[in-house]
Amino acid sequence: MSFEFPLLSLIIWLPIVFGVAVFATGSDHNAQIARWIALAGSALGLLVAIPLYTGFDSATSAMQFVENYVWFERFNVNYHVGVDGISMPLILLNCFITPLVVVAGWEVIKQRVSQYMGAFLVMSGIVNGVFSSLDAMLFYVFWEASLIPMFLIIGIWGGPNRVYAAIKFFLYTLLGSLLMLIAFIYLYQTSGGSFSIQDYHQLEIPLTPQILIFIAFLLAFAVKVPMWPVHTWLPDAHVEAPTGGSVVLAAILLKLGGYGFLRFSLPIVPDASNYLAGMMIALSLIAVVYIGLIALMQADMKKLIAYSSVAHMGFVTLGFFLFNAYGVEGAMVQMISHGFISGAMFLCVGVLYDRLHSRQIADYGGVVNKMPVFAAFFMLFAMANAGLPGTSGFVGEFMVIMGSMKINFWYAFLAATTLIFGAAYTLWMYKRVIFGAVASPAVEGLEDISKREFVLLAILAIAVLWLGVYPYPLTEVMHTTIDHLLIHVSSSKL
Amino acid sequence: MNFIPPDFAPASSEIFMLIMVCVVMLADLTAGENRRYVAYLLTQVTLLGCALLTFLSFSTETSQTFSGMFVDDAMADILKLMVYGTVSAVLIYSHAYISDRGMLRGEFFSLVLFATLGMMVMISASHFLTLYIGLELLSLSLYALVALRRDSVVATEAAMKFFVLGALASGFLLYGMSMVYGATGTLHVSQLAQIIQSEASSREVLVVGLVFIVAGIGFKLSAVPFHMWAPDVYQGAPTAVTLFIGSAPKLAAFGFVMRLLVEGMGEMVADWQGMLVILAVMSMAVGNLAAIAQTNIKRMLAYSTISHMGFLLLGFISADSNGYSSALFYVIAYVLMTLGTFAVIMLLCRNGFEAENINDFKGLSKRNSWYAFITLLLMFSLAGIPPMIGFYAKLAVLQAVVNAGYIWLAVAAVLFSLIGAFYYLRIIKLMYFDEPETDEPILPNSDVRILLSANGFAVLALGIFPQALMGLSLYAIQNSM
Repeated sequence: MSFEFPLLSLIIWLPIVFGVAVFATGSDHNAQIARWIALAGSALGLLVAIPLYTGFDSATSAMQFVENYVWFERFNVNYHVGVDGISMPLILLNCFITPLVVVAGWEVIKQRVSQYMGAFLVMSGIVNGVFSSLDAMLFYVFWEASLIPMFLIIGIWGGPNRVYAAIKFFLYTLLGSLLMLIAFIYLYQTSGGSFSIQDYHQLEIPLTPQILIFIAFLLAFAVKVPMWPVHTWLPDAHVEAPTGGSVVLAAILLKLGGYGFLRFSLPIVPDASNYLAGMMIALSLIAVVYIGLIALMQADMKKLIAYSSVAHMGFVTLGFFLFNAYGVEGAMVQMISHGFISGAMFLCVGVLYDRLHSRQIADYGGVVNKMPVFAAFFMLFAMANAGLPGTSGFVGEFMVIMGSMKINFWYAFLAATTLIFGAAYTLWMYKRVIFGAVASPAVEGLEDISKREFVLLAILAIAVLWLGVYPYPLTEVMHTTIDHLLIHVSSSKL
Repeated sequence: MNFIPPDFAPASSEIFMLIMVCVVMLADLTAGENRRYVAYLLTQVTLLGCALLTFLSFSTETSQTFSGMFVDDAMADILKLMVYGTVSAVLIYSHAYISDRGMLRGEFFSLVLFATLGMMVMISASHFLTLYIGLELLSLSLYALVALRRDSVVATEAAMKFFVLGALASGFLLYGMSMVYGATGTLHVSQLAQIIQSEASSREVLVVGLVFIVAGIGFKLSAVPFHMWAPDVYQGAPTAVTLFIGSAPKLAAFGFVMRLLVEGMGEMVADWQGMLVILAVMSMAVGNLAAIAQTNIKRMLAYSTISHMGFLLLGFISADSNGYSSALFYVIAYVLMTLGTFAVIMLLCRNGFEAENINDFKGLSKRNSWYAFITLLLMFSLAGIPPMIGFYAKLAVLQAVVNAGYIWLAVAAVLFSLIGAFYYLRIIKLMYFDEPETDEPILPNSDVRILLSANGFAVLALGIFPQALMGLSLYAIQNSM
């Protein structure tokens, strides 16, 4: 076997090592050092992830950049990592978002800077680990470990009700994942002592256990996505989290759930997935329609975006369970696009919050008079959130609607209502915050965005537009993998 | 008449310990008020000497002596080494605490050593009488240790409760043993197994005896419904003694269960399996639910111990070396976490102030971020969150449970541990999310600083590389069965 450069390990461990280095800078006397180390670490993390794209062979559905070492023999657990067309774009998204989060917290976070920056870097590495694990136990360890930094981020730097939100976030996600652990142990027994995910893909399981495993997975992933009706932790967590926390939560952590469906539920228990597809589609459509209506009524900007995230992620799960190429690819595009858009939306709210320390829509009005550049960016992201053609928000939603049209007209009809509701809640919020007369003396005193904020929003704006106009580089890398997945899902394992 | 002296070699570390206990007592008598550290140092030397003796005589072969009443096998050696290490760590952690409170006396050390000797005998016993002698030696030393602060009302009350309930438990155990003796006519563990296997004994009497034995074990492990003493004793005893009670005796209790149930009555697995299931589920339920309501940290940890003992019992249910080794791994992980947790509590105690309330953890991360971080690792580990060792302990046990076909039990176990996660998270919340109530610095001695850091690091490192300890547990079990 020829020696191959352990690229994936580098992508996983480099941010963690830098994160520990940031922790080591200690107290706030060294805040500036902590910030620069964090920026260097996250930028390097993005740089080393680029070869993942350039060296990726999109003609095969096999795992690439594979590394496989024994981790502990007692339970035959291996340090087995690799990527395919599903996980690679998500890793890139994560590596892309991390530097933005570091920069977003640059001046805003003044207390315990090293812990804040370190937590984000460590989490970035852990999330890369989740996306690249090919061993169920390794996956589980990364999956649970990702809770720890996020719990601290919400709890330490969050808003007034942060303790409640942090504990709710933690326990909710833990509930789901513990049952997944039982499912893994069951699969370990059934497969004769293997934790390899690829072995599970080939495992023949009768329908009843398949359904039980599906439900265990569903609880874990549905909480993370989050699907209706287990979404209630998300608005709380978002509202209380600091801006960076909200960005990572929406852009990255929600994708863990979606990824889980593609990596575990569909290929390991395809018959149960087909069997329960109707329920999944129903839950997804409820999320799209009902949560869209709830978003309309929100008075808090972060809560509104949080609910809109739930609705958009409803599209993702809808796409997965249509079992056709449009649906699954559209869902993947939607995940990446939602990463950009929701991140950008939370950054925009963060920009306002840093100035006025309020997230209430009613406290704003006429912001465009004072912050014209910001208003332009916010406009773009609001439009993208509403799914305007030409932005990345449109591509994914359109593909999923196409996919559902092939299955059932009414699915497509209900899904398409999002184009109306999405536009309604986003643009109505935009109108109340940005347009109109200057609402208060506080708004009168607003200053337009700084260079740092401009750069952040501009990078995201380019990403949103690029993916909206030319999504080919993204769909190309995932095409083969998704085709292979769909063939696999359509063949019974009974 | 020929008298053949028994082979003393397998019991060399016990004999050395016994001699040294007397030496410690005498040395302390002559050392005088200003040289209390002599007893402390001698105690540590004793533990080191025992460790050397056990380590050097280590072999995979099982050797018996004293007409088969005493056995020395791989499991016994490994457990004993763990016990020495744990007791030594307990003494290092509690040195400052006991000297602040005037407990740094020869009695403390000789009682600790006697208790340790009791544990060693329990671990190596292969006869019901030796088992009982070891257990009583341990228990009586512990009663006295709890009551060591004569002027403290809570401590005296706790000691009384501990003594009365402990005596009751011993009574149960003896009664059960006498039933088993009545049915089989032997007290030797190995002969007992053969007789039960040959079905030459009265099944009904055996089962009744087993019920009493399991009840006695339940008391000693503080499993529900025999747990009542644990919260009061944990709360009432001086923290250093609580640390001692909560750590090393659990290792001995593991050995005790192995000798009694597995080696002695392994053939009756179908009978004790069901009893353990009930004890385990109730312990996890009551322990985790009651812990939520506690505001006293020691009481909370007592309930947490109860729930962990429930989890530990699950390891025995699958009744194979896979399950036993997972239980052993669990108990080692548990002891490691308990040591660290109580060490942090003792750090928070200062000049007469007893850190007892969970609110004493408030703002610890601002007072000292390093110890807060170690406590964070310990709490996540107790809650079973990877990559800490507590997770792998749970994984190993759950794997054994699923392997035995009890999937519902595994589901119940994880649901209870979800409830348990809440009160561990609450400690983290107090440390990280709240403001400190005092800004008095935390200044441990350098030995505590090093040991506690190593302890916290071990919780993380053994979690990232669990193979060594898992392999050791499996090795210990496989070479003694």
